[in-house]
Amino acid sequence: MTTIHPLEINFQDKIDQEAKIEPKDWMPDAYRKTNLRQISQHAHSEVVGMLPEGNWITRAPSLKRKAILIAKVQDEAGHGLYLYCAAETLGQSREQMIDDLHSGKAKYSSIFNYPTLTWADMGAIGWLVDGAAILNQVMLCRTSYGPYARAMVRICKEESFHQRQGFETLLVLSKGTEEQKAMCQDAINRWWWPSLMMFGPKDSESTNSDQSMKWKIKRKSNDELRQNFVDMIAEQIKLLGMTLPDSHLKWNEQRGSYDFGEINWDEFWNVVKGNGPCNKERIDARRKAHEEGAWVREAALAYADKKNKIKTVSAA
Amino acid sequence: MNFQFIKKMYYGDIPDEPGNGAAYQTKPDTAAWPLWEVFIRSKRGLDHKHAGSLKAADATMAIENARDVYTRRQEGVSIWVVESKYIHASNPDEAESFFDPAEDKVYRHPSFYELPDEVKHM
Repeated sequence: MTTIHPLEINFQDKIDQEAKIEPKDWMPDAYRKTNLRQISQHAHSEVVGMLPEGNWITRAPSLKRKAILIAKVQDEAGHGLYLYCAAETLGQSREQMIDDLHSGKAKYSSIFNYPTLTWADMGAIGWLVDGAAILNQVMLCRTSYGPYARAMVRICKEESFHQRQGFETLLVLSKGTEEQKAMCQDAINRWWWPSLMMFGPKDSESTNSDQSMKWKIKRKSNDELRQNFVDMIAEQIKLLGMTLPDSHLKWNEQRGSYDFGEINWDEFWNVVKGNGPCNKERIDARRKAHEEGAWVREAALAYADKKNKIKTVSAA
Repeated sequence: MNFQFIKKMYYGDIPDEPGNGAAYQTKPDTAAWPLWEVFIRSKRGLDHKHAGSLKAADATMAIENARDVYTRRQEGVSIWVVESKYIHASNPDEAESFFDPAEDKVYRHPSFYELPDEVKHM
């Protein structure tokens, strides 16, 4: 039998009493590692998530849509920043995290490895992808690590605009010409399954006891969240007059929930392993931005140094 | 202590599978900007409150970045920034003894004093 260290008992007590864990508190190494991995992956997801949408800024159908899309992408940059800051409180430098993303060591959400082929994809991403993310993020507002929870609260405040604008984009298309309707349905068809995959593998695939739940990093299981999402979207799609690409989707009176078909898990693992349609393109774009922006970071620092020197000389 | 590493995969917790860019060598970043703490007054009459942190080359850039990150929806009318290295903090490990002197001084609270009901509000 392993004995539990008093520090760990004290740590678990705090969590059981719903007290937040703060950066300088003692914490088990695995708690630190799990949070660091999860928060940095979340940060990377926000940053890489700008790419599929950024693709459409110059091609938005109107000035209004362009302004909205810029605002949304800018929010995502901010979300990435909040999360990197939260991850840094666990003792890893921003530079290291960015290096890990660029080397392929660190992961980001696989959803962003799918291409955005038409304007309707901007609507589908807002409604489905951000909708799935929000369910997860609302839960994470109550996560046990203080800086992560605070970042999530801030993010959730900004995120609901993302989902609403996405749904509205599709609503407009759903009332448009036959071509626009077809474009709307096509985007939903392509984004539906990848959105369901965002919640991760099935609970039954879990080999370990649920330490993340015990530590209150996470408060709902993958399958629970996925079911919440299906129930929400299956109702909302009726307002669009569109359909979800799943012949097994059916209301289950007994469960009070929708039944749905099986996810293609081979595809899921394939994209996680780097073989999705856009994995390479996304990382290449990130590396390019980072490398080509290096001179700007250096110049800004040199300018700040120069100004400081002038100030010191004139003060002497 | 023996912790099993958590294998369960959640959203935002993507499995560690080897990716496609493992051969990539990042260049050392020689220009790491310092970290700043941001305080925002949300409206006149209220205190500046800690909003978060960010990186910037100097104070001017820190204030401009803070505006862009934390006040995009009119959340502020005034911003303070200070380089994080200048913040000193109490030690959380000593919090108990450090804040102990306040623990046994109930007479500092108005509810300590029992007054006749006739006094009404005081």
